[in-house]
Amino acid sequence: MDTDAVVSFDHVSPEDSHEVHVLAVDDSLVDRKVIERLLKISACKGFFLDGKIAVTAVDSGIRALQFLGLDEQRRTSESDGFVPSLKVDLIITDYCMPEMTGYELLKKIKESSMFREIPVVIMSSENVLPRIDRCLEEGAEDFIVKPVKLSDVKRLKGYMTTKEVKVGSHDRGSGVEINNKRKLEEEEETSDMSSSPPSISTLSSSPSVSSPSSSPTSSPTVLASPIRRLKMSTTD
Amino acid sequence: MLGFGADLLWADMNRLLAFLFHQGVLDEQFLQLQQLQDEASPNFVSEVVNIYFHESEKLLNNLRGLLMERELSDYKKMGIHLNQFMGSSSSIGAKRVTNICVAFRAATDQSNRAGCLRALEMLEHEYCYLKNKLHELFQIEQQRALVAGVRYPVQNQ
Repeated sequence: MDTDAVVSFDHVSPEDSHEVHVLAVDDSLVDRKVIERLLKISACKGFFLDGKIAVTAVDSGIRALQFLGLDEQRRTSESDGFVPSLKVDLIITDYCMPEMTGYELLKKIKESSMFREIPVVIMSSENVLPRIDRCLEEGAEDFIVKPVKLSDVKRLKGYMTTKEVKVGSHDRGSGVEINNKRKLEEEEETSDMSSSPPSISTLSSSPSVSSPSSSPTSSPTVLASPIRRLKMSTTD
Repeated sequence: MLGFGADLLWADMNRLLAFLFHQGVLDEQFLQLQQLQDEASPNFVSEVVNIYFHESEKLLNNLRGLLMERELSDYKKMGIHLNQFMGSSSSIGAKRVTNICVAFRAATDQSNRAGCLRALEMLEHEYCYLKNKLHELFQIEQQRALVAGVRYPVQNQ
């Protein structure tokens, strides 16, 4: 186990369209290890789709933005057709982090047209009501009080952007207004894609990622490593 | 006969765990960690706990350094370290350590130097105790795994 890594990610190739990809953000290595394991065990137990899950764990909001391609260096990412190599189905982030809080990260994600559809869940060791309200108002799907347990992770299934999972989540009946609003937006979207079979890529905000019809060519091996992708992009 | 050895060690392990729970040293989050250990990740608990020890010792050193400053102590920075310490301690189920962090942080909020010194002492003591007990637990577990894995020809089976 590479305990010194600040970024750890599983290899995900674009063809793994049924694999759920979660981006976890926490400055504590202990918590990153725990959340990663919680997610993987939950996937095995069938809480997510076919049980295939890939987890990318980063130690800061800044690295999370870099991973998504939303960092300062790539300010033009939304206009130059930049495509993130790995579609993210869920972002789970700690609230209290140095430099950039989970709340600030949430705002940046919701401000981006490319990524605002990705559900974001906030974790915090403090059960502060105004903090929770602020996060939910800003568009967070949920707020988990640490320490995180398996039962908390079970809830996450309902927030995935994948259509298969959404179908089963209508019975959640949570009082969160934001979730209902997003469901409405998705219903409008699906009317345009009635001919294609339900596929994960159609509902994600990133335009052409992980679509089976796109020719992978040499991209899987190159893009499969976000770090390599970052290095490449900066030398362009 | 070796079957007995494994069973005795199992009993020892459970007795120690029960004791630690009863004393409030550990809480149910530790059990949660154990549930995350399986064939795919057979050493998960000890791996996470070792990371915790490593991080905690750094944090404790930082706290001691900050408190021993000749000039004004940076209470805000102490608070940040304590938040981290609190967070990771609660994530592994170290209840008593977490609680002392809470009290310590309250003392830093008030810039209460005497209170901070007391809290630091308690924290170091409690952390030391936790570390010893968890090492003991892992030792028993290792022994048990060894014993359970050994196969001897047994006459009556």
